[in-house]
Amino acid sequence: MKSLAELQAIRDKARMQMQMRKDNSEAIRVVIGMATCGISAGARPVLNAFVQEIEKRRLENVVVTQTGCIGMCQFEPIVEVFVPGKDKVTYAKVTPEKVPRIVADHLVNGNPVMEYTIGSVMK
Amino acid sequence: MARSHVLVCGGTGCTSSNSALIVETLNKELEKQGLADEVKVVTTGCFGLCALGPIMIVYPEGSFYSSVKPEDIPEIVSEHLLKGRIVTRLLYQETVDEDQIKSLNETDFYKKQVRVALRNCGVINPENIEEYIAMDGYQALAKCLTEYTPEQVIQIVTDSGLRGRGGGGFPTGRKWALTAPNKAPQKYIVCNADEGDPGAFMDRSVLEGDPHTVIEAMAIAGYAVGATKGYVYVRAEYPIAVKRLQIAIDQAREYGLLGKNLFGSGFDFDVEIRLGAGAFVCGEETALMTSIEGNRGEPRPRPPYPAVKGLFGCPTVENNVETLANIPPIILNGPEWFASMGTERSKGTKVFALGGKIKHTGLVEIPMGTTLREIIEEIGGGIPNGKKFKAAQTGGPSGGCIPADLIDTPIDYDNLTEIGCMMGSGGLIVMDEDTCMVDIAKFFLEFTVDESCGKCTPCRIGTKRLLEKLEKITSGNGTMEDIDELEDLCHYIKANSLCGLGQTAPNPVLSTLRFFRDEYIAHVRDKKCPARVCKSMLSYEIVADKCRGCTACKRVCPANAISGEVKQPHVIDKSACLKCGACIEKCKFDAIVIR
Repeated sequence: MKSLAELQAIRDKARMQMQMRKDNSEAIRVVIGMATCGISAGARPVLNAFVQEIEKRRLENVVVTQTGCIGMCQFEPIVEVFVPGKDKVTYAKVTPEKVPRIVADHLVNGNPVMEYTIGSVMK
Repeated sequence: MARSHVLVCGGTGCTSSNSALIVETLNKELEKQGLADEVKVVTTGCFGLCALGPIMIVYPEGSFYSSVKPEDIPEIVSEHLLKGRIVTRLLYQETVDEDQIKSLNETDFYKKQVRVALRNCGVINPENIEEYIAMDGYQALAKCLTEYTPEQVIQIVTDSGLRGRGGGGFPTGRKWALTAPNKAPQKYIVCNADEGDPGAFMDRSVLEGDPHTVIEAMAIAGYAVGATKGYVYVRAEYPIAVKRLQIAIDQAREYGLLGKNLFGSGFDFDVEIRLGAGAFVCGEETALMTSIEGNRGEPRPRPPYPAVKGLFGCPTVENNVETLANIPPIILNGPEWFASMGTERSKGTKVFALGGKIKHTGLVEIPMGTTLREIIEEIGGGIPNGKKFKAAQTGGPSGGCIPADLIDTPIDYDNLTEIGCMMGSGGLIVMDEDTCMVDIAKFFLEFTVDESCGKCTPCRIGTKRLLEKLEKITSGNGTMEDIDELEDLCHYIKANSLCGLGQTAPNPVLSTLRFFRDEYIAHVRDKKCPARVCKSMLSYEIVADKCRGCTACKRVCPANAISGEVKQPHVIDKSACLKCGACIEKCKFDAIVIR
């Protein structure tokens, strides 16, 4: 170890991977429906796509979790995004291909992707 | 990257309740259900709630599962990790509040705790240096080497008010300041991890859960006093701690955090482990150094103090594990932050190992000045089976008892000394009304008689005589003169012993005499043990009115001491009775009483 900068580089990289072990109520929560209906509609690749995309962009303030069936099985995979202080946004029929845009527009820039939300999909 | 982290406690407590098998089963099950790439299993150090082990925390939810069994694993994997449905029945019940799941920090056990020395225990994987670095590990060392002079480092530690956590409570900054100016070709830093008090295990937990903090702090101490070599003296009975510490040392060397020219500052430092064979006296600083030198672990007279002439005759700083674990946060957060916690003359936090008659046995870290009542009733969950609190014992065989009427004493070094007690390394044994205080004093004397190294006469022979007097009293043969002689002998041993072991060995006797003299008198004058513990003073009798003659007691008695016809009251032959209590357990009519 030759310098403080070198140590801090290791720290920042390692910290990313430990982010989720904090008690963080301020974080943005991405909740994916992972009941039988969700899984059979392809929720697991969606879940993994979120995790990968968040890692790629080094987002520190996002938590990805699962939940059970919310009763609209025909619209699975359903993903709910909770930004603290804002209304919940529900995306329906999410595919791994849609994930990068949700992450970029909504999680990073704060603009929900209207055309993927359940309101648009139901029309 | 994993989307979920499962932390399983791998401390000694949970390992003995089979947490290694839990980890193995978990990995297999994740493989089977195809989740191995998504879920990361991390073995950590102690969470503190040892009574409920094996313990598992699942992130990001922070679900706290307790008493997990291997057969529960498939359910946790398929329900929680795959579908996100928390397995409520396995959660630590304190975190379940009707339909709500509370955060761990809101439970009674954790609410009042402030974790400084234990900050990383149960949070990081102790076998992975990068996780320690992620928690600002080695930042304090880097800061000292690049920003501060050695004098400034000593000043920071002095200003923080940190005192030795191993028992004596000597100010750490002053210890460093006394060593720094002594000129010598070689100086040493020694870490005392020879935790010997029965019931205390905080040093083991720090080494098992966060070994790098000890290494980092030793390097900081080395820079401050001009030492380039460190030894950790740890008992061989701590195999997990030894293994993790060695892994940590190897990793630190690999990352260039031990070795030559750290952070380009020109400062060299390296650490080695020395194993102790478990003698209690080797926790005494001079005996410990004699043992590291390869000799029989016996204390030597002071002065000269280790700061002048310590290990191999060179100036040496010796600090305890918990003391060292406080150093990196003090450097990073500043001495004011540390001094803002605690009381006037005892700053910061202290780790206590709760044991004995208490619901939550385990490890807790609380600010100095927390009252015994808060520790026992709130954090510890109170006394089980509705029994009454009688006393708490601190400081192990060197300490004393705090009786129930002093339960509101704020715990710090000076308050404990004032009531004839001692902080010691932080073992806290809780006793209820069924404990005989004379018997407790006898228990600790048995320990010191065993552990006295034999070098000086007051300790070697004095403690033996003390024990004999206590045995005389508990066997019902004591006289009032014995009590006075006991007290005189205690003062003699304290004044004349060579090292801390002998100087403190009479404390359990003096302290129980001070607060529970009436119990000694009851043993001597009335030949009665009020708590009904000392067997030779008990007598078992059958109340004829209540006895139905069912013969249950007669059949279970191992000494054939009970006689009587069926459906007639039975009688116990007191000369044959072993006082084992088997008959009482069998009797359905409460007909057998102890007098």
